[in-house]
Amino acid sequence: MRRTLLATTLLLASQAGAETPVLTVYAGDYFTSEWGPGPKIEEGFEAICACDLQFSTGDLLPRLLLEGERTKADVVIGLTSDVTARARATELFAPHGQDNSALTLPIDWTDDTFLPFNYGHTAFIYNETTMDAPPASFDALLEMEDDVKLVIQDPRTSISGLALVLWVEAVYGETSAEVWEKLAPKILTVTKDWSASYGMFTDGEVDMVLSYTTSPAYHMFAEEDFTKKAAIFPEGHYFMVETVGKIAGTDQPELADAFMAYVLSEDFQQMIPMANWSLPSALPEDQWPEGWAQLPLPEKVLFYSEDEAEARKDQAIETWRRALSQ
Amino acid sequence: MAPRAQPIIGTSGVAAGVFVVAAVLLSFVGLGLRAEVGRGLGPAEWAAIRFTVVQAALSALLSVVVAIPLARALARRRFPGRGVLITLLGAPFILPVIVAVLGLLAVFGRTGWLNTGLGAVGLPTLSIYGLHGVVLAHVFFNLPLATRLLLQGWQSIPAERFRLAAQLNLPPRMIFRTLEWPLLKQVVPGAAALVFVICLTSFAVALTLGGGPRATTIELAIYQAFRFDFDLARASLLSLIQLGLAGGAALVALWVIPNFPLSAGLDRGLRRWDARGGWQAWGDAVVIALGSAFLLLPLFAILLAGLQGLPLMPAVVWKTAGNSLWVALLSICVLLVIALPMAGWISTRRRGSAEAIGLVGLSASPLMIGTGWFILINPIADPVPLALPVTALINALMALPFALRILVPPMRDVLATYDRLSRSLGLQGWAAWRWLVLPRLRAQIGFAAGLTGALSVGDLGVIALFADPDRATLPLQMYRLMGAYRTEAAAGAALLLLAMALSLFWLCDKGGRWHAEA
Amino acid sequence: MLRLEGVEIAQGGFLLRADFEVVRGRRTAVIGPSGAGKSTLLGAIGGFTPLREGRLLCDGRDITDVAPGHRPIAMLFQDNNLFPHLSIAQNAGLGIRPDLKLGAEERARVAQALSRVGLEGLDARKPGALSGGQQSRAALARVLVQDRPVILLDEPFAALGPALRQDMLDLVQELATETEATLLMVTHDPADVRRIADDVIFVEGGRAAAPQPAQALLENPPPALRAYLG
Repeated sequence: MRRTLLATTLLLASQAGAETPVLTVYAGDYFTSEWGPGPKIEEGFEAICACDLQFSTGDLLPRLLLEGERTKADVVIGLTSDVTARARATELFAPHGQDNSALTLPIDWTDDTFLPFNYGHTAFIYNETTMDAPPASFDALLEMEDDVKLVIQDPRTSISGLALVLWVEAVYGETSAEVWEKLAPKILTVTKDWSASYGMFTDGEVDMVLSYTTSPAYHMFAEEDFTKKAAIFPEGHYFMVETVGKIAGTDQPELADAFMAYVLSEDFQQMIPMANWSLPSALPEDQWPEGWAQLPLPEKVLFYSEDEAEARKDQAIETWRRALSQ
Repeated sequence: MAPRAQPIIGTSGVAAGVFVVAAVLLSFVGLGLRAEVGRGLGPAEWAAIRFTVVQAALSALLSVVVAIPLARALARRRFPGRGVLITLLGAPFILPVIVAVLGLLAVFGRTGWLNTGLGAVGLPTLSIYGLHGVVLAHVFFNLPLATRLLLQGWQSIPAERFRLAAQLNLPPRMIFRTLEWPLLKQVVPGAAALVFVICLTSFAVALTLGGGPRATTIELAIYQAFRFDFDLARASLLSLIQLGLAGGAALVALWVIPNFPLSAGLDRGLRRWDARGGWQAWGDAVVIALGSAFLLLPLFAILLAGLQGLPLMPAVVWKTAGNSLWVALLSICVLLVIALPMAGWISTRRRGSAEAIGLVGLSASPLMIGTGWFILINPIADPVPLALPVTALINALMALPFALRILVPPMRDVLATYDRLSRSLGLQGWAAWRWLVLPRLRAQIGFAAGLTGALSVGDLGVIALFADPDRATLPLQMYRLMGAYRTEAAAGAALLLLAMALSLFWLCDKGGRWHAEA
Repeated sequence: MLRLEGVEIAQGGFLLRADFEVVRGRRTAVIGPSGAGKSTLLGAIGGFTPLREGRLLCDGRDITDVAPGHRPIAMLFQDNNLFPHLSIAQNAGLGIRPDLKLGAEERARVAQALSRVGLEGLDARKPGALSGGQQSRAALARVLVQDRPVILLDEPFAALGPALRQDMLDLVQELATETEATLLMVTHDPADVRRIADDVIFVEGGRAAAPQPAQALLENPPPALRAYLG
């Protein structure tokens, strides 16, 4: 009864809005909050599309997998590189139709299905007022005293945690197990998600937290706090990217295409740094918002292709689990 | 030969019980529809199962052992602010996990108050990370529940018994043996089983305070299977194992609970004549002080952080608070509709094993139930607008075992005491509910409703899986703030959440006891 | 009017047989040694203990399987005769309608009954705020409004003092007379029997004897009864 009632209400609501076409965009949960990029994107796109952009938030991949062909999404924004393989396997996505050469990523991007809209790198963040000798390299991090404490995320439950084990894999390969054994006594604990780790860091419980190279930007530009720094390692940092994809079965193909084009527009790219606290995927450094070009970024960027990451992931996680379970 | 007498409050509880089981089983049918053959269980999963059982058993044992002196002290002392203290002591139970963890770390963490204090006086510091940290955190969460259940039991001992004990001038040891020990035998197994089941489903707390992957629990493995590998078969299998462990624990506990009524007194105000002075009074004071410090200091840390964050909180948080309130009220209604008839049904049975049914919702991983229902609803209707009602239903299912534990013993008692009188008056069905059960159990119903509401406010629930931006709840909003670096504003939201959950609890609990003589 | 036909009541290892009729309007005392089954007998008549054999008839109607509340019987137990959370007016009102949906006329009946048993003005009190005697009176007020042809008393006044108990028995006697009810009461005290009983049912050795006139029985008791009376 209740369900029928709700369904009827919805039907009426959707009929009422039938004059303006609706573009349904699935987004990650953080995306649409008023401090996320969602509202600005909605405003910017609606100004040029004569349409109604509606976000629907949730856990992207599980939701797509559960909905399958019945998905209401026209566009999906926020798929991270660790889930694109599975997302691709659903065969729900169409080619993005944009020119990858417009991208300004530090790596070569050839994927024609998932279009990057922002990026960053894994990094350990520290507070320079409490840590006077931050490690200058990954090797130095391993050699630190054991009373310097880190908090990391679990690679089994968190994308940044997964990026860390791939980072270690990319830098140390065969010797990863020993690396984890050296890190183990310094790792105070492991958290389920990034938020809990970062909360422990801002509360002063740990000296360093696994986060992103762009994390200090939030403190600099939103809080005018210049004490939080990312430790930059010459061995390289693992590349993290968020992408947008177009659903093949969309009933609004033109709008979806227009949105994909909008993602690469200067308007969109300009708002990414301050709204998403990450780097824009298609904007030359000299056009970044003021101060962003001064953000210390790694010279060397490490990245596994989708297939490579998929092939190495399970073994890398198992190595991590064993070393930290001692 | 006369037919077996019908219970005076009817058997609609059977229907409620069937509904609960069906709600959970159907979700597994839904999961089954989409499950493909995955990789099954590996050594990592078996290690997780072992660790889960060990930490849950230790946590349950310790929570109850600590709760006994605390509840005893609270039961026999009257002091100003006692009611407020008892309400506040319930707070850890309803805190969102991440808030509680940060609160605990502020006190017991590496740079927390305790270690700062120890360092200042030159003592070695203590590390909270490890199995002992997991147990400590779980005791923090569950001691309030165990204490409340025991306290309720203590208060159900009729005043007349204490009067008799006072008249006979029984020494404390004898009071314990004659009055308190029989009570403990009845309340402790159930409370311990509940705590055990709650700890079975622990995940983020165990991982963070356990210090790493050696503290992997079944729930983490479920999350990993679902979220990262999308292996629904493995996730369902793990979820069923969890369900089996919980069900087994519940059956054992309910089976050992002796079944005898704590016969009714005449609703005289409870006064205690024992333990009026000397070392016992001091002992109680120390127990109450230590218990309060353990439970309240982390809350104080949350309060301090929250007060700084309140002004930074964006306005949208208030809107999500409204959503959460709505979900909470809906959860309370759903809960009462299910729990009351079920409690009635269980109370009329000789053995309480049927109460184990109440545990299926709590132990079957809300993530799995939500996902199962998502799969079932999706072909028929859009699940997104149903996100809040489904959340309310799942919250009610999760609160059901607590509600039953609160309601069944006194309901059994009421039915045993007034069965003949009610029958001789033809008081049955709705009239028996209206004039006998509801008024006699008002305090317990208020307690159960308050607990459900508070749990519902604090629970992230399945809403994280699929929600419209407009349908976010307060905990979800808090996580969003944290995810967007707004740690301070998130602390403010956490404080708001805590205040809301506590007020809801307090209102229901107080409402239940309003104008009641007992 | 109340017939027990070949009744056998089994409880645990205990068996009680009864086969007799209680005459309308008579006041019958049920006596016998402790544990002989007096309460069991009343419980069976009241519908709380199932019969293993036999039938129970009231005015020719078979009430063996009728639920307690639907029998033409009002009963008072040894304890728990009042709901402590309800006022005594509500407690008495339950005797008229178990759902307590009372009209003005019915409420007037309750008030009248309360004042008849001497509890005028105490309607709103709860049992906990009354003395033992007053609690008994409140329970009797309910019996009064129940207006059933049979009243069973399972020693409801056992806890009261002798004078108070006599008052209560007198009140019961008056009420029974007023409502023309048939009264069965368990008692231990021969004085109670002499005071109000017309007949006596002697329960002993697994058998409840047929009612005998009280006067004659007490003056010339059979050996078993003599042993009990001492």
